[in-house]
Amino acid sequence: MKIELNGEARGDVKTAAAAVAAVTEARRGIAVAVNGEVVPRSEWDLPLADGDTVEVLTATQGG
Amino acid sequence: MPDPATVTPGIASGPGIHTGLTIADKTFDSRLILGTGGAANHAQLAAAIAASGTELVTVALRRVSPGTEGSIVDVIESCGVDVLPNTAGCFTAEQAVRTARLAREAFGTNWIKLEVIGDEDTLLPDPVELLDAAETLVAEGFTVLPYTNDDPILARHLEAAGCAAVMPLAAPIGTGLGIRNPHNLALICEGANVPVICDAGIGTASDAAQAMELGCAAVLLATAVTRAADPELMAAAMRDAVTAGRAARLAGRIPKRQLAKASTTFDGMADL
Repeated sequence: MKIELNGEARGDVKTAAAAVAAVTEARRGIAVAVNGEVVPRSEWDLPLADGDTVEVLTATQGG
Repeated sequence: MPDPATVTPGIASGPGIHTGLTIADKTFDSRLILGTGGAANHAQLAAAIAASGTELVTVALRRVSPGTEGSIVDVIESCGVDVLPNTAGCFTAEQAVRTARLAREAFGTNWIKLEVIGDEDTLLPDPVELLDAAETLVAEGFTVLPYTNDDPILARHLEAAGCAAVMPLAAPIGTGLGIRNPHNLALICEGANVPVICDAGIGTASDAAQAMELGCAAVLLATAVTRAADPELMAAAMRDAVTAGRAARLAGRIPKRQLAKASTTFDGMADL
């Protein structure tokens, strides 16, 4: 199964939780989108599907 | 150089001056909202937040990048101020709505500074997409603070859509040009029943004071502080400017006249 995580192809990431763990140790201030839609924290352990586009986002400086 | 923390505004008294800024269900003592974009580092940002007296600061939502120094949310929390996430960089209503939903998940707040821009050169709001996104987000229970053009009619539409405030620009983001159309800003203030927050384009303290004199309820600025030579001192200057501008507004300025009017009476003038 291949997904795209923050713009990079990955074959080893099966859940949103794993996607978060792959890019950061932080859990607070993190949000996950799969195919553009927000994934609530309660659903982070649900399986991803082949071809999913996953974004793991956090706060950064901004006006 | 004076310590900004000890520079106390001397004019902050009189009726109404201590009335807080109420947006939706929150009331703030400070009428300055600080954007965090452009800060050189977290320590400098924390110092600027403290010196500004702000109680609300904006952040953006971006991909996690490995090796980033600490979390900006931790910096903001340690300052004891609230986070206002934005949708900076979004060009469509759909992008902005999705970003707002992600921000709500990340920060646990329904508040969103809604930005939907039309192009990269001007960063001016796209009014059609902005209103569309505002209507969707209000329906989803967000407290929407839209960054908007200095257009009184659009401001009216945004208020009617249920936005908790309207945030017209002084000038394009990051330009520091000051208030390009004070007449329009005053018209927006006169017509609005929600707080009007002057957002973007502020260059220096006198711009912030002018926004308040025109009737704005608050000022939101980032670059003017974060990219000043001394951000902490400029933050203190902005704090005092907003207070001074509001005091001047409440005090009621004198009308402008074409010809001089002596402040010293001619009565009793000696025959010399």
